[in-house]
Parts: sequence; structure tokens; C-alpha cells
Amino acid sequence: MSHDPDRDEHARLALRVEALESLLAEKGFLDPAQVDAIVRRYEQDVGPLNGAQVVARAWVDPAYKARLLADGTAAIAELGFGGPQGEYMVVLENTPAVHNVVVCTLCSCYPWPVLGLPPAWYKSPAYRSRIVREPRAVLREMGLELPAEVEVRVWDSSSEVRYLVLPERPAGTERLSEEALRALVTRDAMIGVAKASQPAGRG
Amino acid sequence: MNGIHDMGGMHGFGRVVVERDEPVFHGRWEARVFGISALAGLRLGGSIDARRHGLERLDPVTYLRDGYYGRWLARLERSLLEQGVLAPGELEARLAGRRAPAVPLPPLPAPAAPPPHPFLRDVERAARFRAGDRVRTRNHQPAGHTRLAGYARARRGVVARVYPACVFPDTNAHEQGEQPQHVYAVRFEARELWGESAEPGSCVQLDCFESYLEPDPAT
Repeated sequence: MSHDPDRDEHARLALRVEALESLLAEKGFLDPAQVDAIVRRYEQDVGPLNGAQVVARAWVDPAYKARLLADGTAAIAELGFGGPQGEYMVVLENTPAVHNVVVCTLCSCYPWPVLGLPPAWYKSPAYRSRIVREPRAVLREMGLELPAEVEVRVWDSSSEVRYLVLPERPAGTERLSEEALRALVTRDAMIGVAKASQPAGRG
Repeated sequence: MNGIHDMGGMHGFGRVVVERDEPVFHGRWEARVFGISALAGLRLGGSIDARRHGLERLDPVTYLRDGYYGRWLARLERSLLEQGVLAPGELEARLAGRRAPAVPLPPLPAPAAPPPHPFLRDVERAARFRAGDRVRTRNHQPAGHTRLAGYARARRGVVARVYPACVFPDTNAHEQGEQPQHVYAVRFEARELWGESAEPGSCVQLDCFESYLEPDPAT
């Protein structure tokens, strides 16, 4: 059987964290049920479905879209989303002329209330190092080829401002309901490494 | 600090590997580290800036080897040791199977009343720059925490957006006060940052605290 150093490392860390949590619980420093609650919140309640609601609303409601672009934090709060890592939200609108994409080169800042916790690739040295220097090459590798005339604007989240990309509404979706539109809004489209999905049967 | 965390523009990390149907946490330990870290942040106080600097201060080999939640664990352990929540050697003894009773907690700081906003602050001073202003970043290389990415030092750009005054991480991380100041999204053309290797038709917009910036002397 081949030896898997990653698996060994995970096993080592798993034992270490278990020992640490049991020590902290014995000391009365924490209650494991509190840890459970935090984990459950980020596994079940907070995720990109929240952001998809924001985007779909902006696609169907021009007044909401105007509020969203003018004051992202307040417009996102209208739909009930906010909290840590989303306390000052700025929404970036993709257009036929400008494509926005978000990174945090210094750590991995990410708008948790609307997108949940970041995926591994967003936190990877490869993405953090390269997307600022060669965004077109990285986007192409990730499956998004942008025409030369489209400006690529990379936003490096180096302050507490958190960015959410408002992707373009796909063509041919005029008759879809807001709820059906939500299903086209992927996490990757709201980071800016993809476009919104085409509805089934198209594209 | 000129640390391994400051990755923007580095070469050599290879392709971006995307995991399909990725779970929120890769195994229980990641989830527990996330939750314990959140609680420890509440119990021990300290700013998000100091916590970020806690990751930057990990040795570079640990930083790269341990991955995101591995780094969080290393930071968590160190901060628990520094605050006396863990006694030296206590976790290792537990891991070695020695069932000594847990060392009692030291007195912890009373939780401070949270400010009205986690980082926005009212300042009397008007913003020094306006959208459209040409600016240059200082060649700012402190040994401590900063949010001026290395690739954008001493570079010319244009103010794209003006944000409200925020707590200044460079001082706040080191308990030298909040020194709130305006923040600007500054647009840097790719060629200004990357020279001849720049991709055409792209730019980086980096959030810059006011004291990172000076008026562009060429204008």
C-alpha cells in the first residue's frame, strides 16, 4: 500500500485538536456545544445560497440593484445577511466591458455572510500569488476565457472591505423567476472566476 | 513584514487546483479548529489585526506546510500558551497519554465592551485624496504588520474609490492605537506592477490606508 503523507498529517492534526478541545473543556475555557453551534452555522446556514439570493434580486429588481451598488452592506442586510467578515460590503458589477475578480493576497479575506467560508483554491498560494499577476491565464485555467477587449479588474481585499461580484445575467433568462435565477448564481461567479450558469437546455 | 504570507506576484506555486464538490471542512478537525478559534477570540480579546499578524509570525515552513486550518491551529496554540490558558508541555503530555488533570485557568481579561462598529471610526479629518487623484505608495516595509502588499510598494496608481475611516492595522496589530484613517481602492495598471511581463488589459485595485499613500510627485 502506498504511503500517504497528507493522510498522516490529517490524522496527526485530528488527534492534536481532539486533545486540545478536551483540555480546554476540562478547564472550563469552552463548552464543546458552543463549538458545535458555530460549526453548524457555517456548515448549514451561511453559504453561497445567500449571495445567490442577493444577485437574483438585483437581476429582477432595478431599484434593489441600484441600492446594492450604492451601499452593499445595507442592501444585503435587507435580505437578512450580515455579520463577521461582511460588515462593509462593496458589490462590483460585471459588464460586457469590465470583468471583476476578487482575491486576498495577504491572507484569505472573503465575504462570509454571503459566500460562506472560502474554498481551498481561494486560500491556496497558487491563486493568491498568480491572480494579481496573470489573471487572464488563471481564469483561462479555471475555464473562463475572456476576450482581449474586456478589462480584467482584480480586487485585492487588503482592508476590511469585503467584495462581492455581481455577475452578468445570462442571456435568454428574461422569463425565469427570481427563484429559478438563483440556481444560476454560483459561488465562483460571485468571486469572479466564472460567469453565471446558463439555464438548463442552453449553452 | 516581508513574510511568506505576502504572496501576490510570487512565482512557483503552480496551477490553481479546484476541488469539485468541496465540503466546508475537510474533516472534523478543521471544523473544530474554526469553532475553537472563534470562541478563543471572544474569550481572549485581541484585535483581528493582531490575529492576522499571528499567522504572519508563524515560521514560513509551518505556514506553507500546515495549510489554512493548520495555521489557525498553530496560531491558536501559541496564543493559548502566551495567555497561560495552556501550560507549557500540557498538550504534549495529554497527547502522550499522561492523564494529569488540566492545569487551572489563569484569570482572563474581562471582556471589553465592543465598539459601536468593529472597524469603522468617525474622524474629524477629511479624506486627503479624492477619486481620480494620482497617488504613489510609500516604500513601506515595516518589520511588523502591514496591509500594503509588497508588490504594490512605491507604485503609481489612481484613486478609484474612497472608503470611510477605518482602524489602522499597522498600529492596531501591535497595540499602538487604532489611528483610524481613510481607506482608498487604488487602481494600479498591470504594467506598473509587473513590468514587461504584465498581461494587457488588466489592473489591480488594492485597498490602501491613507498613510500608505502620497500624492504622485510626477503630477
